[in-house]
Amino acid sequence: MATSHPRVAQGVPWRSIGKILIVIFCVLFLTLPLIEMVKAMIADPQLLVRQLLIGLTNGAYIALIALGYTLVYGIVELINFAHGDLYMLGAFFSLTLVGVFSLTPETPWLIRGPLLVVVLLATMAFTATLNMLVDRWAYRRLRGIGSRMAALISAIGISFVFQNLGLLWGYLRFPFMNGVMGSNAVAPKSFPALFPNVNLLAGTGVRFGAKDLIVVGVSVVLLAALYVFVTRTRLGKAMRATAQDRDAAALMGIDVNRTISLAFILGGALAGASGMLVGLYNGTAVFDMGFTAGLRSFTAAVLGGIGNIVGAMLGGLLIGIISALSDQYISTKWTNAVVFGILVIILVYRPTGLLGDDTAQKA
Amino acid sequence: MTTAMLELQDVHTYYGNIHALKGISLTVNQGEIVTLIGSNGAGKSTTLRTISGLNSPRTGQILFNGTRIDRLPAHEIVRLGILQSPEGRRIFPRLTVLENLEMGAFTRNDSVTMKEDLERVYTLFPRLRERIAQKGGTLSGGEQQMLAIGRALMGRPTVLLLDEPSMGLAPVLVEQIFTIIQDINKQGTTILLVEQNALMALAVAHRGYVLQTGLIVLSDSAAALQSNETVQKAYLGME
Ligand SMILES: Nc1ncnc2c1ncn2[C@@H]1O[C@H](COP(=O)(O)OP(=O)(O)O)[C@@H](O)[C@H]1O
Ligand SMILES: [Mg+2]
Repeated sequence: MATSHPRVAQGVPWRSIGKILIVIFCVLFLTLPLIEMVKAMIADPQLLVRQLLIGLTNGAYIALIALGYTLVYGIVELINFAHGDLYMLGAFFSLTLVGVFSLTPETPWLIRGPLLVVVLLATMAFTATLNMLVDRWAYRRLRGIGSRMAALISAIGISFVFQNLGLLWGYLRFPFMNGVMGSNAVAPKSFPALFPNVNLLAGTGVRFGAKDLIVVGVSVVLLAALYVFVTRTRLGKAMRATAQDRDAAALMGIDVNRTISLAFILGGALAGASGMLVGLYNGTAVFDMGFTAGLRSFTAAVLGGIGNIVGAMLGGLLIGIISALSDQYISTKWTNAVVFGILVIILVYRPTGLLGDDTAQKA
Repeated sequence: MTTAMLELQDVHTYYGNIHALKGISLTVNQGEIVTLIGSNGAGKSTTLRTISGLNSPRTGQILFNGTRIDRLPAHEIVRLGILQSPEGRRIFPRLTVLENLEMGAFTRNDSVTMKEDLERVYTLFPRLRERIAQKGGTLSGGEQQMLAIGRALMGRPTVLLLDEPSMGLAPVLVEQIFTIIQDINKQGTTILLVEQNALMALAVAHRGYVLQTGLIVLSDSAAALQSNETVQKAYLGME
């Protein structure tokens, strides 16, 4: 029979002390600051609304990038580390086209509007193609060899390649580019202010600019289009089927490799759109802008439930709002730490994310 | 005179170093139900996976109506009319029943014939019509099996490969499924049926092959196999 081990009941109660210390820590560093934050929010509701609106705009572009992580993870279980950098290349590409078309804030809207649409579509096509080609050249060769680590590490490698491409690109000074690049390679590149910046909520003390509306509007249209594609079309359903069971999908006559390419194409297109929107919104693009955006978007995808398309949209919105609140009420310097903290907490306590595994819309 | 529709010639398939099929030769003629029986791990599923192109044979040939298909990717083999309802059913759990059936018709992309085929499947499996909007993963085992077979039928198979359709089902359902398999065959579909339930399989099949550790050890008409002593002892549980 099992002998009962005598417990060390006497002596120093380290466990209790530890618990008390954790409680003290939580009160000091989490609860008290949180109470202060809530007080500050109540004290100035206009500021709060302003930050929430900024959060909405942030959330829109984060959701676009997050979808690229989730689409690809859903289907090949690869965390595409290069995805944030693809977004950066999207910003660079769109800035280059802005230069080529010599778009300026003085360009009349009749010309500027259609050309911006052309730039958007061309940028989406560029990042979509690039994403697809990287999958074909690199990740596809590493599939089916039994180790996901190989693809993951090559994605990290591609991330460096993209960043260096960004550095090289920043250095280009062809005459047809009209000087949008060509300064110091590492320096941020400026976009002309092509989006109007009038406050649509003027007189309310809250700010929601026309450019915010453009970013949110374009994002919503793209997100809705993706949702309809994935839930209503034959190819979209085939993509979800492939994500759920690759062999069974092949047995339906679905070309699995082509379907995987499609996921990279869609994710890439959305990242490109995001890069252009953010570039024009913030007025600048820099070769390492993909890091922070990638971290936030990846967290958004995990928060919503990685692989879950609606989850990525919801997660994007939440992370956008949390970042905006953190920027205002904690400190911009701490926002990355806050987002990273959220990522760690989800991975530890709820790895399936908010919408979890078994929701209707999982890819 | 019957014609060989599907023919395997000395097929060897490996999983890494594991030699799963050690030279399988078999034929399935037009209009037949042929069964492949054998105990767990004999290589039955691997045979079907190899035909469907999910595994490629290291040596040997697979012919469909006289042309080689053993180097084609899986999705192109489906287009030739060889459809499989795989082991374990492999329903898309987060697609609805209707979407699962639509995926079966993926290669056709033709809404008129798809409606007809849906009707045919619902007639064979009335339960599926009631479950049309339900997620595949929420179906019972029997319903999932019906869906898996129905899904394969949506691809208008010339040859239907069925991998253990009776697995995990209640005896009443097993009877029902085997009756439906015979119906499908009578409607003109050639069937290669893999089963551990040799009793039922031999009852519906015309011919059968007995597989043992990657080799075919016996082949005969179903009736002859039913009365074969070795088969009775090893697979039919008779003394
Ligand atoms: N994915 C796999 N990897 C390695 N070995 C496998 C795999 N699938 C099957 N095998 C091996 O191949 C042999 C045949 O398996 P299988 O075709 O599944 O048999 P059956 O369907 O007759 O039960 C078995 O020895 C099995 O262990
Ligand atoms: Mg099997």
